[in-house]
Amino acid sequence: MGLLTVLLFLPVAGAIALLLLPRGNDRLVRIVTAVVTGVDLVLAGIVFFTYNVSAGGIQFTERLAWVRIPTTPQFNVDYYLGVDGLSTPLVLLTAFLSFLAVFISWNAIDTRVREYHILLLLLQTGVLGVFMALDFFLFFLFWEVELIPMYLLIGIWGSGRRMYAATKFLIYTLAGSAFMLVGIMLLYFNSTQATFDMFALANQNYAVPLKTLMFFFILTAFAVKLPVWPLHTWLPDAHGDAPTAISVLLAGVLLKMGAYGIFRILLMIFPDQMRTYAPLLVTIAVISIIYGALVTIMQPDMKRLVAYSSVSHMGYVLLGVAGGVTGLNMVGLNGAALQMFTHGTITGLLFAAVGVVYHKAHTRQIADFGGIAARMPVVATVFLIAGLGSLGLPALAGFVAELLIFLGSYQAYAWAAVLGAFGVLLATGYIMFMYRRVFFGPLNPRWAHLTDADPVDMVPLFALVAVIVLVGVYPTVLTRVFESGLQPILARLGG
Amino acid sequence: MTADLAWLILFLPLLAFLLNALVLRGRAIAALISTVAIGASFLLSLPFFFALFTRSEPFRTAAPFIQVGQVAFPFTIQIDALTAVMLVVVTGVSLLVHIFSIGYMAGDPGYSRYFSYLSLFSMSMLGLVLAQDLVLVYVGWELVGLSSFLLVGFWYAKPSAADAAKKAFITTRIGDFGFAVALMALFVAAGTTDIPRLIAAAEANQIAAGALLIAALGLFAGAVGKSAQFPLHVWLPDAMEGPTPVSALIHAATMVAAGVYLVARTFPLFEAATGVGGVPAALTVVAWIGAFTAIFAATIALVQTDIKKVLAYSTISQLGYMMLGLGVGSLVAGIFHLFTHAFFKALLFLSSGSVIHGAGTQDMREMGGLRRAMPITFAAFGIGALALAGVFPFAGFWSKDEIIAESLLHGNVVLFLIGEVTAFLTAFYIMRLMMLTFFGEHRGVAEHAGHQAAGTPASPAIGNHSADHGSHGELVPGMPVPAHHAGAPHESPLVMTLPLIILMVPATIAGLWALGGGFHDYLHNVPGVHGAAPPINLPIAALSTVVALGGLATGWFLYAAPGRAAAVARAFGPVTTLLERKYYLDELYEAGINLLFMRGSQALGWFDGTIVDGVVNGVAALFAGLSDVLRRWQTGRVQYYGVFLALGAVLLFVVSLVWTGGLIGR
Repeated sequence: MGLLTVLLFLPVAGAIALLLLPRGNDRLVRIVTAVVTGVDLVLAGIVFFTYNVSAGGIQFTERLAWVRIPTTPQFNVDYYLGVDGLSTPLVLLTAFLSFLAVFISWNAIDTRVREYHILLLLLQTGVLGVFMALDFFLFFLFWEVELIPMYLLIGIWGSGRRMYAATKFLIYTLAGSAFMLVGIMLLYFNSTQATFDMFALANQNYAVPLKTLMFFFILTAFAVKLPVWPLHTWLPDAHGDAPTAISVLLAGVLLKMGAYGIFRILLMIFPDQMRTYAPLLVTIAVISIIYGALVTIMQPDMKRLVAYSSVSHMGYVLLGVAGGVTGLNMVGLNGAALQMFTHGTITGLLFAAVGVVYHKAHTRQIADFGGIAARMPVVATVFLIAGLGSLGLPALAGFVAELLIFLGSYQAYAWAAVLGAFGVLLATGYIMFMYRRVFFGPLNPRWAHLTDADPVDMVPLFALVAVIVLVGVYPTVLTRVFESGLQPILARLGG
Repeated sequence: MTADLAWLILFLPLLAFLLNALVLRGRAIAALISTVAIGASFLLSLPFFFALFTRSEPFRTAAPFIQVGQVAFPFTIQIDALTAVMLVVVTGVSLLVHIFSIGYMAGDPGYSRYFSYLSLFSMSMLGLVLAQDLVLVYVGWELVGLSSFLLVGFWYAKPSAADAAKKAFITTRIGDFGFAVALMALFVAAGTTDIPRLIAAAEANQIAAGALLIAALGLFAGAVGKSAQFPLHVWLPDAMEGPTPVSALIHAATMVAAGVYLVARTFPLFEAATGVGGVPAALTVVAWIGAFTAIFAATIALVQTDIKKVLAYSTISQLGYMMLGLGVGSLVAGIFHLFTHAFFKALLFLSSGSVIHGAGTQDMREMGGLRRAMPITFAAFGIGALALAGVFPFAGFWSKDEIIAESLLHGNVVLFLIGEVTAFLTAFYIMRLMMLTFFGEHRGVAEHAGHQAAGTPASPAIGNHSADHGSHGELVPGMPVPAHHAGAPHESPLVMTLPLIILMVPATIAGLWALGGGFHDYLHNVPGVHGAAPPINLPIAALSTVVALGGLATGWFLYAAPGRAAAVARAFGPVTTLLERKYYLDELYEAGINLLFMRGSQALGWFDGTIVDGVVNGVAALFAGLSDVLRRWQTGRVQYYGVFLALGAVLLFVVSLVWTGGLIGR
């Protein structure tokens, strides 16, 4: 059994272990989950740090024949796992945020604790699988597996209109998935080899109209997940009404599935289509950035504000990819890849900080607050760091990613890069307006007895701050890894 | 001497920041650590400063930062004469401000927080001036903006301070948008953001004219924001909500001068950025914005009643002078004024801090006659005022005169006249300030309604005048220390007057460096400095002296007897109101932002929720309606959605196959 398989299925084993635990011991459930996700994080760390960057390519490969249906044509699915420079940082991010999710949920979740943690662990396996699968069908399976625990986590432990939000999330993603499934089937049945191996499919020749059709089908699934305008309206509901830790995971890694799909599937299998339709993608990216940021400004609810900001920030990923594709430059692509990671940590931290405030104050309405920095200095400081990261302040992770995206896309689409930079200015507005009204000003007497974050809350807060600063000060720790994963993609594009 | 020592200059304040913020939270020793760190940085800067008198090559050292493929943005440090001047100014003034703050901030509940912010600022500002790569300059540039935000909003529980911090950050970031565009344009056009390489490329005509113009104007937009030039100047007067030593350091001597420094640092790019027919387009813009800002801000300073606001508008105006000097092509004149201004304006601000500390108010209408109670502060303020007014032989005389002379020789008569008129206004408003503050009889603090209520958590409003030390009440986190001495004015303690005494020296004699072209010679290896030092233009110097004395005399005359100034103000009624309302720019901006962004955001939010999401829900409802047909076979909602999607997928698949013609194509 390979390392990736252990890493992938350890959370499932943990979930089974939770089932066997005696009832009613919530603390034990939390501890076991923390240990399982902690071990998984260590394994992900081993993968990340032992991945040979200078050699590059797919490593830790595992391949078994899995489904073999000898019909005509044959239906062959492989259990085919592997990671490269593009996926190892995302595997690490997933394991990291899943581990932190346990601590974020520590105080916040107090009903059906065991079920909650079982679903959390299943979710982790689903997401990890997406980042490891190199067989397109397997990729699709994991893509779908993640939906069920997520649907239940939002629907049962959420707040507000949680069933509406959960159902909307599910249907929207399923609708996108339906398109992807068709795209996959078309890819498979029009190829000369009976395989879902992504690399084999990438080397197949298809008629251009067919390939364009498949491209748009698969793009639809990723565009919903990313999300881009106008397919984004599930996001503020799902992110806004999910429990805190689930919002962190949604923003931190679930959105990255869409971005990762664009890199792994679209850039690899459809380089010509990516080039041809890059102007369209750039346009959609810019609309997402500006539109998302503008809608964010006046959100009255802190959590929905953070949620909407993701629409804007994920637009940068698309801008970097499409700009980099046209300009054939590593800078834009690497910026986009880095943005996946940095948005995961920064927005994750924002959600976590909002969660602490919400758990203590039982409200997220910006207008309800005022001056709480005096009562919550630690949360105020952490929130400021996260906010500054979100608005692209240097020395924090987001800056490097956005800088690279702008520099990389200016060459081919100067107008888009300039508008993208304007989006950063809008981010300054929405972060500052919110921060001023929530943390600064005279203390609202209603919060005279508000207390700061508990020690268990501080674990995820401080861990995320450390990562955000580390990547901001020494971005090479990630950019060199992404670069090794992007080299073959760039080569396919002809750069 | 090794250039690697430069890292220490940078990292000592960083170390102090980390130590104070993470380890020594809330301990008074933080003050000592920050002060020692910046003191050491100052001492380490001196050898570089002196070595560059004789050395022509800059000191250089580098460390990795961002590396992507062939593209790298290393952290390169360069110390040439321009950097060295900035190093001495930044570390020197910062050190004195640290010492002053030990006394001024004593007893504040955020004492250690204050000093960690000061260290963060010092580190960021040093990074800005040491960096050789524009991306790294931008990093420092943004971090000083953050420090400014933190320090302006230091008393965050005060609504006015919280608003001012937000406004300062957002307004300067509008300019930074231009800086960011300039980075993109330069990177794409020249393949680098390393300043020496950019300059070499520009001088060799290797950068497309359009890109160069965009870049120069973008960099200048950044400078307009940071250096509070019209039309982005509105944040600086509000930034006076920060503690007064911070105003001296950040909002007078160093950070606001960063815009001037940036233009000087990239000066050859501005020289090469020409418009149609070889017009020096970028420099012309710099000159006119600078000149307009100088006179515009000086007129507002005429009517301010808050002592710090007068100095704030004065700073805006003086920064305009520096831009004017650069704009008419003289890097040396612009930077020399930056150099002398740093000392005399820091002196003026720290003295005003001493006044506020001693008088318990910052409203000049509540002062008067302080020269007797505060003799050292009075002497310090007097020297600062003479230097600002440009009276021979004080520091400001030499540097301002050089700008005015250059604006006639290399600019035009209009720019020259603006310079002279502004010089008159400057002398007038600073004399008015001196008269209101130090001469006549003490008028005393009027009891404002807000005072009694101040300081309680429920209503920390401080009334209309918001002196740092002007409220009574108990200690509240995020609020200034309540004044314990609203009564008789008194001189400040030695820890505060000592920095004043030290600063009096450069405010008096720093200008003498211009004698014999000394300052010009020191900078002569800096890219953008050309030829030999121009001789001092005696007729213009004489004219400027007359103008300055005229302004001082007018100020003395109008405020020596009560009623004269008021009569003049009445005679110019509408003009006075226009100036008092600061040309209504704040109101205009607020309305514009409200209309464009707040209303726009609300409208778009409605559109998003009703139209975009409405379509989504409409499609869902359509499917739900269709599925009524299938109701008999289905029970749970989610399940039959799943079935529908599966059916839909199959349908799509079949249609696609038909459309593309067969299962296994070709």
